[in-house]
Amino acid sequence: MEVFRQGYEEFAHIPPVEVKDISGCGLAGIINTDGSLVGGAKIADAIQVMHDRGNGLGAGFAAYGIYPEFKDFYALHLMYDDEKAREETEEILEKRVTIEQRGGIPTRHIGRKRPFFFVYFVKPRAQKSIVEAEEYGEEKKDEFIVRMCMKINRGVKGSFVISSGKNMGVFKGIGFPEEIANLFRIDEYEAFCWTAHNRFPTNTPGWWGGAHPFCLLDWTVVHNGEISSYGTNKRYLEMYGYKCTQLTDTEVIAYLLDLLARRHKLPLETVAACFAPPLWEEIENMDEDKKQFYRKLRMIYGSCMLNGPFSILVGFKGGLVGLNDRIKLRPLMVGKEEKTWYMASEEAAVKHICPNPDKIWAPKAGEPVIVRLEKDAYRELYGKSEERI
Amino acid sequence: MKINAHNMYYRDLNKMVRKAIKKGEKEIVLDNVCGQYYIGDGLTRKDVKIIINGVPGNDMGAFMNGPTIIVNEDAQDAIGNTMNGGKIVVHGNVGDVLGYSMRGGVIYVKGNAGYRTCIHMKEYKGMHPTVVIGGCTGAFAGEYMAGGTLIILGIDCNPLTGYYLGTGIHGGRIFLRGQIDKKLLSRDVKTVEPDMKDKRAIENQVREFCKLFNYECDDIMKPGFVKIVPASKRPYAHLYISGP
Repeated sequence: MEVFRQGYEEFAHIPPVEVKDISGCGLAGIINTDGSLVGGAKIADAIQVMHDRGNGLGAGFAAYGIYPEFKDFYALHLMYDDEKAREETEEILEKRVTIEQRGGIPTRHIGRKRPFFFVYFVKPRAQKSIVEAEEYGEEKKDEFIVRMCMKINRGVKGSFVISSGKNMGVFKGIGFPEEIANLFRIDEYEAFCWTAHNRFPTNTPGWWGGAHPFCLLDWTVVHNGEISSYGTNKRYLEMYGYKCTQLTDTEVIAYLLDLLARRHKLPLETVAACFAPPLWEEIENMDEDKKQFYRKLRMIYGSCMLNGPFSILVGFKGGLVGLNDRIKLRPLMVGKEEKTWYMASEEAAVKHICPNPDKIWAPKAGEPVIVRLEKDAYRELYGKSEERI
Repeated sequence: MKINAHNMYYRDLNKMVRKAIKKGEKEIVLDNVCGQYYIGDGLTRKDVKIIINGVPGNDMGAFMNGPTIIVNEDAQDAIGNTMNGGKIVVHGNVGDVLGYSMRGGVIYVKGNAGYRTCIHMKEYKGMHPTVVIGGCTGAFAGEYMAGGTLIILGIDCNPLTGYYLGTGIHGGRIFLRGQIDKKLLSRDVKTVEPDMKDKRAIENQVREFCKLFNYECDDIMKPGFVKIVPASKRPYAHLYISGP
């Protein structure tokens, strides 16, 4: 306490209390649209600037392009509480998927109790009715992986799939961002797109699985705010077979993305308009075509609206999206320098890693910033052309 | 006096500033500032000037009562939060909730301001906060405003504010340069012609603004101003209970 007192003599009459800064979560993201790779130290530096937006109860990173040698396999990151959870999970995996390779996720010692982490590179395997795995269409494979993740998350005690996309991975846990970066040796990875989160849990417990990013297939979400429509969103998702198991509102955003963009094939611009639709008053002021469009969207996808304050960064295989709630109750800055885009809760975080951006601005409420990989870069990274979403 | 704030934790930086002021420093230059929170918070010496190179963090100048802060780049959110007196000059843009619950002093911003500029700003007797924005503001400017003056110049930008200007406003005044699209106004405001006293007040502030940021005052004043005032002293009097 003495340290704090120095220089604050005029407050000396106030009895010492545990000093706690009240703040919000912090977000940061980087993407190179030409697909070139950037080391994890950079994103760790950016989120570190916003250290005090979190309180040590959660941090995480999502990295795209980190497993090029396994780009055709789903990279499953599993978090286990104990050996029994691992055995049970591996039993499920062995029944359903071909495991090309498995191993512990590289970590450094952090000197406190923590779950342990495994990565499995898998392909869905032939099930009873389908003879060969190759006969699975791309879509069926995705669906298969989604269901398997839901099964493990809900059915196996102490086991959670924390990421399940191709050529990407999520690293997260309880701690400040620098601790989690150190634990998972983030500095040793290179990715074309990174997102990072610094958590300050307010409504839901701080636990290892509750840290951001949340991931399903290649969708990852980091979020600052709270989703007060969680109940509505959750019930809607349950109708489509999604199981909410992570005790945290942000989870629904990842599943909604999968439902709307992958299964319903809505363009990302439209998904953003479902999440943060214009207010009715604004819709009334639009041209007739647009008015009809937004009215219909609100009728059909009303249950997908995210109510409450949020700023989110969404990573996906083809790029990065930044979005604010429709009345902008949380901060978000976007910066750009040549082919690199930066997004963060605070301008200082962008300028810390990019001192002279060509452009830096705060996107308007509900106005998505969608940054996509260049076509050639996409082909290089995934070995095929992009199906535009 | 110069302080290199590179990679310095906000608490250490603010401690150094306080110490310097205590020693009698009148002008403190902070170089390489990057996101440090709470700069200038609660400081009271009127003759102190803090010059910031870099982007200062949130809540700069909160509860400040006297000093002058000059920011040579952009600033972040909640600048001048509950500020009581003094002056803040920002040569770039500012983030959301500028002048949150401000009670006195002045803020000049050369660029744009984010959402909810001057939310809950108030005035009382001799205390009269004033905020001048050179560019435009986001939606909900002057939200729940209870007093003070907000002047939006909208230099080189259109429209000069977002939707819902003055939602819940019940005191104070907002001056908008040129014309305003009625669509952008909330239902809690009405538009009036500024009177002679208003015009003098605007000109004084604009003159100061132009001096700070090198504009030609006559050019800026030319399009004239619209005055926005509360339509009612109690906009939510009958929100839950119907009444006369």
